[in-house]
Amino acid sequence: MKPFTVHTGIVGTLDRVNVDTDQIIPKQFLKRIERTGFEDALFFDWRFLADGSPNPEFELNQPRFAEASILLTRANFGCGSSREHAPWALDNYGFRVVIAPSFADIFFNNCFKNGMLPIRLSEEQVEELFQRTKAKEGYQLTVDLEEQTISDNDGLQIKFDVEPFRRECLLDGLDDIGLTLQHEDKITAYEAKLAAA
Amino acid sequence: MAQTLFDKIWDAHVVHQEPGKPAILYIDLHLVHEVTSPQAFEGLRLNNRKVRQPEKTVLTVDHNIPTWSRSIPVTDPISKQQIETLEKNAADFGLTIYSLNSPQQGIVHVLGPELGYTQPGMTIVCGDSHTSTHGAFGSLAFGIGTSEVEHVLATQCLQQTKPKNFLITVDGKLPVGVTAKDIILYIIRTIGTDGATGYVIEYAGEAIRNLSMEERMTVCNMSIEAGARAGLIAPDEKTFEYLRGREFAPQEEAFETAVAKWKTLPTEEGATFDRELHIDAAQLVPQVSWGTSPGMVADITGNVPDPEAMPDENSKKAARRALEYMGLQAGQPMEDVTIDRVFIGSCTNSRIEDLRAAAAVAKGRKVAANVNAMVVPGSQAIKAQAESEGLDKIFTEAGFDWRESGCSMCLAMNPDVLSPGERCASTSNRNFEGRQGAGGRTHLVSPAMAAAAAVAGHFVDVRKF
Ligand code: SF4
Repeated sequence: MKPFTVHTGIVGTLDRVNVDTDQIIPKQFLKRIERTGFEDALFFDWRFLADGSPNPEFELNQPRFAEASILLTRANFGCGSSREHAPWALDNYGFRVVIAPSFADIFFNNCFKNGMLPIRLSEEQVEELFQRTKAKEGYQLTVDLEEQTISDNDGLQIKFDVEPFRRECLLDGLDDIGLTLQHEDKITAYEAKLAAA
Repeated sequence: MAQTLFDKIWDAHVVHQEPGKPAILYIDLHLVHEVTSPQAFEGLRLNNRKVRQPEKTVLTVDHNIPTWSRSIPVTDPISKQQIETLEKNAADFGLTIYSLNSPQQGIVHVLGPELGYTQPGMTIVCGDSHTSTHGAFGSLAFGIGTSEVEHVLATQCLQQTKPKNFLITVDGKLPVGVTAKDIILYIIRTIGTDGATGYVIEYAGEAIRNLSMEERMTVCNMSIEAGARAGLIAPDEKTFEYLRGREFAPQEEAFETAVAKWKTLPTEEGATFDRELHIDAAQLVPQVSWGTSPGMVADITGNVPDPEAMPDENSKKAARRALEYMGLQAGQPMEDVTIDRVFIGSCTNSRIEDLRAAAAVAKGRKVAANVNAMVVPGSQAIKAQAESEGLDKIFTEAGFDWRESGCSMCLAMNPDVLSPGERCASTSNRNFEGRQGAGGRTHLVSPAMAAAAAVAGHFVDVRKF
């Protein structure tokens, strides 16, 4: 897994609650058997019109967000289906960080497995970031996982929480399976106990 | 200290726990389907890893497959590739697969319980959020992503942080015409689609105890729509009777030993929950969703709500968007909403009892001229059972299309798709934008309500039928 330490990038906004993984990546793109190539599928039904051209009404299609790598959105982001294609599509498109007041559990978990950082902030903090992004074209944030801070160039600094273990894995880009297999003796012992029961 | 059902299952499966780190949790049963697994098997190959416990791993195809006659080949080349990929993975790694032509093929969450793989006290995972269905047996069952599918294949374990306990008690008796689907829709409507995020829900109370196993599965199935990690119901005599004699359940003496163990699982008197909610079953009426999120639900006797009456700006915006997408007007009576399609199926409501309930309404009646209705059994076994009871005849005589088993129009990855603007009464679990086809409009209802809507051509209170 690729490590995550510090990331600076343009913020793109998606001002909606309950964005589900069916919207993040509609089902017709789930038939691929690879983990890559999902960038054009991201938010497909919202991003493109029926004729395939970009939908000018869709927030992230604004030219000012073209280079965005930090997604700022509303509560319960990533609800619905467990499809890991959702973080893959966000990642393939170029997002490294998602900031929201809350996330659905499976999506939240899936992000960490792919070197992406989902950050939970309070509703007020998220609203503040929405205002700042709106006010300034090309608004950027720096997300520092080591320090657990988000900062902009205008003096804003926000501390964020992340589970220590997840932080450690992301900073070092650790392979989960490898970590579990360090305890293989314990798994074997557990299985022996099961067989004896 | 008195323990909950969830605490007991959790504790029994912790292989290793270090302070400040997630537990390494042992997984008893891993269900696998064609859509969320190819990348996981590929990962195993790249790292030269094997499947640690092939006999705890069960594969089926369901999401992608057409529901037309099994004698007609799969035409979509990419679906075909996913099915063939799963078959190849089964062969390469030595795993059991119920593929397209198996007489036991079914939707993964229908098949597990039906074949007796799902048992009380187990930990069960699948790369699918509706794995929560299996919680109806008092097993801890939850959905995982593809990276975790690979993790379980390789280690038979997962790294998990323990969620919190949430008790939802449904007191009293359900009125006639009100079903398990209405209970769970009402719960989601009450607590919201993120109302149980971070929790495992245990459903209890008289109304839950009175539900059949099929109905309990409907309730647990949609726990994920309330954001929960899993939903659980304590095992009891109904659970044991359901499992007795099923192919992969313990047999004879081993079964009695298992039952004795399963009886120790229920939550103990005095155990505490992090959160509790009480619902009075007697006041429930049939529910219909009106929006594009499973929390956007109204009574059939009610009206489409007014977005401007919503409590905050975010919900107002969401409701305005939803009404626009759904082509509905605030204040419109739910019973006035006309439909084009009906879908009876999905892992929420495609079991034999669901089909019986729908058939009871459809019997001797005709599907309205403006409606195209289909029934998709959850498995080949259910299809055969329904046919032996003559349910297929009731449906086809009423004008329903009778199909082969699969996920079908629950997520419309196969050829069963809504056209843009088409409105569907659906017994599935998600009414997200485009879920049943781009531009399609989904209303979630119970099987009886779906059948009644098919006949009336619009939503109608099934209690009047
Ligand atoms: S029936 Fe629908 S919800 Fe259930 S597993 Fe299939 S696609 Fe998922």
